Amino acid sequence: MMYDFLIAPFVEFDFMRRALVGALALSLGAGPIGVFLMLRRMSLVGDAMAHAILPGAAIGYLFAGLSLGFMTMGGLIAGFVVALLAGFVTRVTVLKEDASLASFYLLSLAGGVTIVSLKGSNVDLLHVLFGSVLALDDPTLILLAGSATVTLVFLALIYRPLVLECVDPGYLRSVSKSGALVHLGFLVVVVLNLVAGFHALGTLLAVGLIMLPAIAARFWTENVGGMIGVATLIGIVSSAAGILVSYHAGLPTGPTIILAAGSLYILSIILGARNGLLWPALPRRHLEA
Amino acid sequence: MNEISGSAIQFTNVTLGYDRRPAVHHLSGAFAAGSLTAVVGPNGAGKSTLLKGIVGALRPLDGQISLGEKARIAYLPQAAAIDQSFPIAVEDLVAMGLWRRTGVLGGISKADRHRIADAISAVGLEGFEDRALSTLSGGQMQRALFARLLLQDAPVILLDEPFTAIDSKTARDLLDLVQRWHTEKRTVIAVLHDMTIVKEVFPEALLIARGPVAWGPTQDVLTPENLLIARRMIEAHSPDAHECTRAA
Repeated sequence: MMYDFLIAPFVEFDFMRRALVGALALSLGAGPIGVFLMLRRMSLVGDAMAHAILPGAAIGYLFAGLSLGFMTMGGLIAGFVVALLAGFVTRVTVLKEDASLASFYLLSLAGGVTIVSLKGSNVDLLHVLFGSVLALDDPTLILLAGSATVTLVFLALIYRPLVLECVDPGYLRSVSKSGALVHLGFLVVVVLNLVAGFHALGTLLAVGLIMLPAIAARFWTENVGGMIGVATLIGIVSSAAGILVSYHAGLPTGPTIILAAGSLYILSIILGARNGLLWPALPRRHLEA
Repeated sequence: MNEISGSAIQFTNVTLGYDRRPAVHHLSGAFAAGSLTAVVGPNGAGKSTLLKGIVGALRPLDGQISLGEKARIAYLPQAAAIDQSFPIAVEDLVAMGLWRRTGVLGGISKADRHRIADAISAVGLEGFEDRALSTLSGGQMQRALFARLLLQDAPVILLDEPFTAIDSKTARDLLDLVQRWHTEKRTVIAVLHDMTIVKEVFPEALLIARGPVAWGPTQDVLTPENLLIARRMIEAHSPDAHECTRAA
């Protein structure tokens, strides 16, 4: 019975195994990225960047159809351009980062949609919007695994200044010139993960696998390292659970994965060991002073 | 500690500010090596801006700030600039004081661990090593930041309002450290509001009000006349000022 539910679908179907591997790879990169986005109060930046890469991917599609290479390149270029321009405007004008990012992603989105309609092509935007986790081919799996690898290695390299830039940016500036570079490098891996993610989950849902596990992890531990671990674990569990439930219940896979992550998020809010809502509600004595 | 002769930080007609709006005008002079100076002045006088200029976070709009040969700087920003909700432990925050040695990737050795423990106990925070920053009071947080300064072991130390909103016991303990740095011939520059502390502990003072008012021995600087001039300079300041044409 358990075997039929948990294991059999993966033994039986190649596409299920591919979906699982792809979603797991995505979760590995998404965990740490989400934790840092959340701790830097940039939880909505992922969503803005997802909108920013969408037109790039669509333009790539116009040139070469459903080509992994072109759509990936288009998405990466659009994402980097928006991140760079927003960063530049933030540094040289009075605008805060959220304002300049909002402006540029909206421009990118509108520009992309215009180009698509001018070409008069009937772009299959559904693929870009919602991905196709049950149709991952070899190159896409390699892209997902590559993105996770690059993300983890890069974050390990910049971990120390990245933490410092969050806690005490003034101090970082006084000991190192790496602040701006670290911030930019971080945005680059955010874009990379979103672009890799849209093949599986689509641009918009990819953000869900980045943010929901990270936000849920906030309720389980008080240190960054632990939070990254918990977020990654929640991402992995949500991926597996989402794929299985969608298989058995005949639901669309991408959204089911995100709904699974959302369920774990709601459970964490209530039951979380750190600041979960349930614990203060229970009667208990306070400690001695 | 190697003693540095002459001045640790030299200003030549320096103007500092944001977006072409100067916050400190035409400052010339020097902090002598090994001096202990309080930077005082009304709110908005440009005190923090001055420290940011020294540390290099802000480039001068005009003039030049020259640092002595070995002027490695340890800088303590205002408490408000630190995100205390970020989930890291006291020990990790203090360990960041070793940045010069460890850099981005260097490991923390056993000897380093001892130095971290020593710094934490020097500021009276034994037992708090594993506590998250969010659980610290304002005074405890400031103690942790002083422990980080100890580890930085820098010849020049800049403190931006280090005793604001902390209890007097903590302020006393931290002032002892400041005086210890002074006897070790480090150059210490602190932005302060509490004139009693300035008069008691700081031999030198720089009074600014968007520009220098007086600089020298504390008793000569903090005269009622000078303080009145400083207040008037701030009140007279217009946000729509014309382009500055004063010669260098």
